[in-house]
Amino acid sequence: MSANVVALCYLVASVCFILALKGLSSPATARRGNAFGIAGMAIAVITTFAIVVHGRIELILGGMLIGGAIGAVVARRVEMTQMPELVAAMHSLVGLAAVLIAMAVVDNPGAFGEHNPLPRGNRLELFIGTFVGALTFSGSIIAFGKLAGLGKAFRLFSSAPIVFRGQHFINLLLALVMLGFGLAFFLADDKAWTPFLAMTAIAFVLGVLIIIPIGGADMPVVISMLNSYSGWAAAGIGFSLNNTMLIIAGSLVGSSGAILSYIMCKAMNRSFFSVVLGGFGAEEGGVAKGAEQRTVKSGSADDAAFMMANAESVVIVPGYGLAVARAQHAVKEMAQLLAGKGVQVRYAIHPVAGRMPGHMNVLLAEAEVPYDQVFEMEDINNDFGDTDVVLVLGANDVVNPLAHEKGSPIYGMPILEVSKARTVLVNKRSMASGYAGLDNPLFYMDRTMMIFGDAKKVVEDIVKALG
Amino acid sequence: MTGTVDPTIINLVVFVLAVFVGYHVIWNVTPALHTPLMSVTNAISSVIIVGAILAAGAPAIDFGSVMGAIAVGLAAINVAGGFLVTRRMLEMFRKKTKIEKS
Repeated sequence: MSANVVALCYLVASVCFILALKGLSSPATARRGNAFGIAGMAIAVITTFAIVVHGRIELILGGMLIGGAIGAVVARRVEMTQMPELVAAMHSLVGLAAVLIAMAVVDNPGAFGEHNPLPRGNRLELFIGTFVGALTFSGSIIAFGKLAGLGKAFRLFSSAPIVFRGQHFINLLLALVMLGFGLAFFLADDKAWTPFLAMTAIAFVLGVLIIIPIGGADMPVVISMLNSYSGWAAAGIGFSLNNTMLIIAGSLVGSSGAILSYIMCKAMNRSFFSVVLGGFGAEEGGVAKGAEQRTVKSGSADDAAFMMANAESVVIVPGYGLAVARAQHAVKEMAQLLAGKGVQVRYAIHPVAGRMPGHMNVLLAEAEVPYDQVFEMEDINNDFGDTDVVLVLGANDVVNPLAHEKGSPIYGMPILEVSKARTVLVNKRSMASGYAGLDNPLFYMDRTMMIFGDAKKVVEDIVKALG
Repeated sequence: MTGTVDPTIINLVVFVLAVFVGYHVIWNVTPALHTPLMSVTNAISSVIIVGAILAAGAPAIDFGSVMGAIAVGLAAINVAGGFLVTRRMLEMFRKKTKIEKS
């Protein structure tokens, strides 16, 4: 196969990938988009396979079979509530693959049609691809551990931010040392394994250090950021191999992750740098400590069922607690019963509800909640004033009115204005604060009733009371 | 101005244009599908399997080709896992639209 044919095939595959992303602009076209994505990947793999078909292909086939089988099993078994962990784990694989490929290039540039020894320009590109890949790998492992709740087993995975004195200084120092080794690799005339491996090792450590100070509430940003990095790593490797396929696909993914990070930061009113550079817990505390002991009204699931059954309109606000309790199916059943009694039921979704962008939408979709009942924050925020009952299920910071108060750590964060509703029902496991570590004045309002307990249990009790 | 363009410059042209395309396409993605977006971009970024195949397909088995083979395996997990889990999620969204229509 000539180089021109290969380039044209890669072009077709790239167009398929763009169509795959374009399809996601609506649920109706998304599945066709995914089919385009699969087609693009098939074209890319078959084309590349044709290049090396005269070499030793048993290693390639073995890798594809084993990897493909593992991927297929995982994709079938994973629960929708575990999507954030799965995505983080998959980012780490892309990062590690990038590092391994870079090592293969350093070892034998000739196999990739490069000059041997590797020219300076390619070394620079290889350096960028490798360190981004290494960062992605170790950072994603930490993110995976935090999301999977492995903090008890291993302290680095704690969902609370891990901060220590001089953290930023150490990171900066390590980054500079890494750049130094990168320069040595760049200037060397031979294979230069030592600076290359030293640089890669430091990048692994940096990936860990960058992610550990980031708290659980910022996970949507982190996971988007790592998504972006995995794309840039692929693009970097593409540059060093002069492979347009990798450059195009990597750039698409890189910009996608960057935009998602931006959207998530905006939804939390935090700058990207403040998320990346420090834990959420670092600067808060003042407001929460000042609050005196106040009393809350608490009620039972039966009370909640009575109130909702007699309401004209109910808005359900799902949060991470719903995901943890896997209550999405019970919620759907409850909504159906209410609808049967002539109550208008809608769902309000905050952009950062859950642990990754769009997490709640997927859970509700899994429970077959009709699409036209699910509203994004901007589309429903004006309607809370006319809503009889709001049921908050395991959400806290995204409905915290402190966001309107100057000086509070979450000041300026856009929230769901549930406090404007006539009655607010809040289901939580306990009075513990959310990830931001803040008290929530919503819970102490006269119109608020707390229903303590596991989200699934409470909703099932409500279903019984309604039935 | 004579001579051929350096491949790195061509790569840069491709890169910048692809970033622009990505930027504009992604802003049109509906927020409800952000999770499938992440899983499908995950699958797409595992096109790095292309580089891994080139590494693993070296004429003789050496250090580079073994690294490449491992990378093929890792990327293949993502290719299969990413696209399949995306399809599974999108199937759920389809059920919703069906109910909506009926």
